[in-house]
Amino acid sequence: MSKILNLTLQVWRQAGPNKPGTFETYQANGISDDASFLEMLDIVNERLIADNKIPIEFPHDCREGICGTCGVMINGQAHGHERGTATCQLHMRKFSDGDTIVVEPWRAKAFPIVRDLVVDRSPLDAVIAAGGFITAPTGTANDANDIRIPKEVADSAMDAAACIGCGACVAACPNSAGQLFTSAKIWHLNSLPQGQAERYKRTEAMVETMEQFFGSCTNHGECSEACPKEISLDFIAYMNRDYIKAKVKNRRLASQS
Amino acid sequence: MLPNASIPEGPIADKWDSHKFNVKLVNPANKRKFKILVVGTGLAGASAAATLAELGYNVEAFTFHDTPRRAHSIAAQGGINAAKNYRNDGDSVHRLFYDTVKGGDYRSREANVYRLAQVSVEIIDQMTAQGVPFAREYGGLLDNRSFGGAQVSRTFYARGQTGQQLLIGAYQQLMRQVGLGKVKLHTQAELLDVVVKDGRAVGIVTRHLTTGQVSSHSGHAVVLATGGYGNVFYLSTNAMTCNVTAAWRAHRKGAYFANPCYTQIHPTCIPASDDFQSKLTLMSESLRNDGRIWVPRDRDDVRSADKIPEAERYYFLEEKYPTFGNLVPRDVASRNAKTVVDEGRGVGPARNGVYLDFSDVLKRDGVKVVEEKYGNLLEMYERITGEDPQKVPMRIYPATHYTMGGLWVDYNLMTNVPGLYSAGEANFSDHGANRLGASALMQGLADGYFVLPATIGNYLTDFLNKPPVSTDDPVFQQAEAGVRDQMNHFLSIGGTHSPEHFHRELGKLVWEYIGMARNESGLQKAIGEIRALRDEFWKDVRVLGTNESLNSSLEKAGRVADFFELAELMARDALTREESCGGHFREEYQDPDGEALRNDDDFAHVSAWGWNDADTPQTEHREKLEFEYVKLTQRSYK
Ligand SMILES: Cc1cc2nc3c(=O)[nH]c(=O)nc-3n(C[C@H](O)[C@H](O)[C@H](O)COP(=O)(O)OP(=O)(O)OC[C@H]3O[C@@H](n4cnc5c(N)ncnc54)[C@H](O)[C@@H]3O)c2cc1C
Ligand code: SF4
Ligand code: FES
Repeated sequence: MSKILNLTLQVWRQAGPNKPGTFETYQANGISDDASFLEMLDIVNERLIADNKIPIEFPHDCREGICGTCGVMINGQAHGHERGTATCQLHMRKFSDGDTIVVEPWRAKAFPIVRDLVVDRSPLDAVIAAGGFITAPTGTANDANDIRIPKEVADSAMDAAACIGCGACVAACPNSAGQLFTSAKIWHLNSLPQGQAERYKRTEAMVETMEQFFGSCTNHGECSEACPKEISLDFIAYMNRDYIKAKVKNRRLASQS
Repeated sequence: MLPNASIPEGPIADKWDSHKFNVKLVNPANKRKFKILVVGTGLAGASAAATLAELGYNVEAFTFHDTPRRAHSIAAQGGINAAKNYRNDGDSVHRLFYDTVKGGDYRSREANVYRLAQVSVEIIDQMTAQGVPFAREYGGLLDNRSFGGAQVSRTFYARGQTGQQLLIGAYQQLMRQVGLGKVKLHTQAELLDVVVKDGRAVGIVTRHLTTGQVSSHSGHAVVLATGGYGNVFYLSTNAMTCNVTAAWRAHRKGAYFANPCYTQIHPTCIPASDDFQSKLTLMSESLRNDGRIWVPRDRDDVRSADKIPEAERYYFLEEKYPTFGNLVPRDVASRNAKTVVDEGRGVGPARNGVYLDFSDVLKRDGVKVVEEKYGNLLEMYERITGEDPQKVPMRIYPATHYTMGGLWVDYNLMTNVPGLYSAGEANFSDHGANRLGASALMQGLADGYFVLPATIGNYLTDFLNKPPVSTDDPVFQQAEAGVRDQMNHFLSIGGTHSPEHFHRELGKLVWEYIGMARNESGLQKAIGEIRALRDEFWKDVRVLGTNESLNSSLEKAGRVADFFELAELMARDALTREESCGGHFREEYQDPDGEALRNDDDFAHVSAWGWNDADTPQTEHREKLEFEYVKLTQRSYK
């Protein structure tokens, strides 16, 4: 049977990128514990509008944990306290009556605040544009079964490819590092036979683009803890290994030309 | 007048090849002189933009999302069809073609569907080459499954995240072109008008969602790959921001909207739990392979499921359809669930669901087997409802899932407005009155990777060395002014209810009258009530804040305004189509067993509606459908 919760919210409100921000307190009473966290925010917003107050902007779209749009800090934790769960999949039954919930946007230099809880995560796209692809123009492909890929390899690529690009790893990291995201993207492609031709060029380009935007990794592991897809820290090790190799190989290639 | 659909002559198997040979080609050195605007960066848009740029065209891509990888395509779970016949189980291009025409209840164009089946084979090769980690067997070959009642295994998949992996593939190809400077990408740019000059599409007007800036973009051709309109129902399995605005604004500028009443309801979704429900979650159809669907026989029975003895359970699908049982097609399963819930037999706190029970298979195969097969789905269900489906039966109910209707396009994917193209779910092309599972991803990628890049040149060659119309031209200035006026108007109404409120109320009307089952008086009533609510919306909507900042209420107001007009057209289209076919079930047209009754003599056509003005209903144009290769039969699942 569903329960009714009365909650106190402290929500970061900021009118624009270069505007000052502050916490506002809202009473969220009469919330069914069947509601999702975002539906709770919907209810608060409808009440704000009824009171002639500007509603809270928060990021969301699919509400199924797959598009990577949602993501806020809930009581200091990226996507809240439930492991392996995106903000949109968090339900109010994980909270208790009388709780105070602090809601903030991702905090990272690379992710400037757009408004309230919404940030700009475009540096993640810049990392992909630098090399996060396999060059395969339309019309050039062989039959898909020409390349046999052992199941274990396909599975490992898929484990990495499951990343939804939400940026929680960056938000959770004390240094705002982009390693978990970048390594997941690199390992998806580097682990597959199709990705070998560009393996080292890709790794170097993506890592160096990442470094332009994000802080450095000092092995805290907070990223993987916060990741809604539980992307493994191992990928960071693989990325570092490939990066070192890339530096050697690419230098050798450069000296040959 | 509806233009000719440009279907090539010759035997069906040769049409696409001969068409590719016959279309005018653009010389490689000239391609960069043509600017193409691609709106939408889901599967259809991202693949089109990337491929057009590879060919050398000058491409600009637009999405209102903050990155192309958020498009709703990301949420597709089940898989993608292709006539590879890797299983050697009798599949072929012809069989996929046949199944798709039949599945669409004989309301699609044979030539388009045949091409789709042909191209499907190349899609899998292309996506594999890009690094999509499709499921593999231990021998390293691609795995397949049978999906949605198909009798062959032709569905390729990547765990339960096929759409995500395909979209990441197409997005990566797009980002490669962005990195190379071949595609200019505009994110957070929402198309709010299509600009037409001398009868041709010459550009678009967008509003930047975080700054409110309204700007014009001109090109030689415009492609709309902006997805489906399922959110007209408010509650659907679509992502929250899916909307009809791009297609609708094109419609208002003259593009015909075809078959709007063809909407697909998916039988296995989690029922709404309360008024605050914001969307519905799809549970994969594969659950029906092992789950048994039932409700209490006695409508006053409020005991918990485990207290209801076998004899007092009504397995309505198994009883009514002994051959197919729980595996009847989506529309049949959905309608029957609605019937029992309407009869007062619904289960759950809101009595708005039916049980999908795993206890038999748990007993037969054990927990481990069930977890392996359905683990992530069961977990997803538990996360949302707080109930463990291994202990209490799941509750499911149908929800809107896909829209077969959309912008009318010819064989080249061009709308009736020259220079304006449409791809993916946004067009009406290939699925007739009902889409088969795992065929939307196929169609989006077929359109974007293979069809559009081959056909668009035919139109462009006439414009060689003619620059696009300047954005200083009065047509652009007027369109921009129109967009600004609409924004300012919303902000000035100062009514009492949010856009969300009106959307929810509209959705209730659409679901009630233009949902799973429709009838004449309901549809008449719907038109009146939708109009009344629309008038109230324009008088009483409350949009706070400003235009010059991120303002999702303001965005929403524009989208809801378009949904109102679309909903009315859906009702009109459903009213005009006096037959039942696919996703369109008119209660007046059913056989004594309650099965849909098609009327091929009078309704084997596409209804393409042309805009008049906000107060004059659209004019219907009919495209007759000819069937040369497929014999029209009535479905039976008894
Ligand atoms: C839950 C779910 C599961 C599904 N599972 C399957 C499946 O297993 N197999 C299958 O084949 N199909 C499935 N489908 C259907 C399939 O996912 C979609 O039909 C398909 O992905 C649509 O792709 P698209 O490229 O046409 O549109 P979308 O992916 O919806 O992309 C639309 C794009 O247009 C942009 N856009 C829209 N309007 C504007 C505007 N006004 N201005 C600027 N940009 C705009 C958006 O930003 C986005 O980039 C599923 C659908 C749902 C809802
Ligand atoms: S690695 Fe995890 S936390 Fe980081 S972007 Fe990907 S899904 Fe989000
Ligand atoms: S809203 Fe899509 S992942 Fe949460």
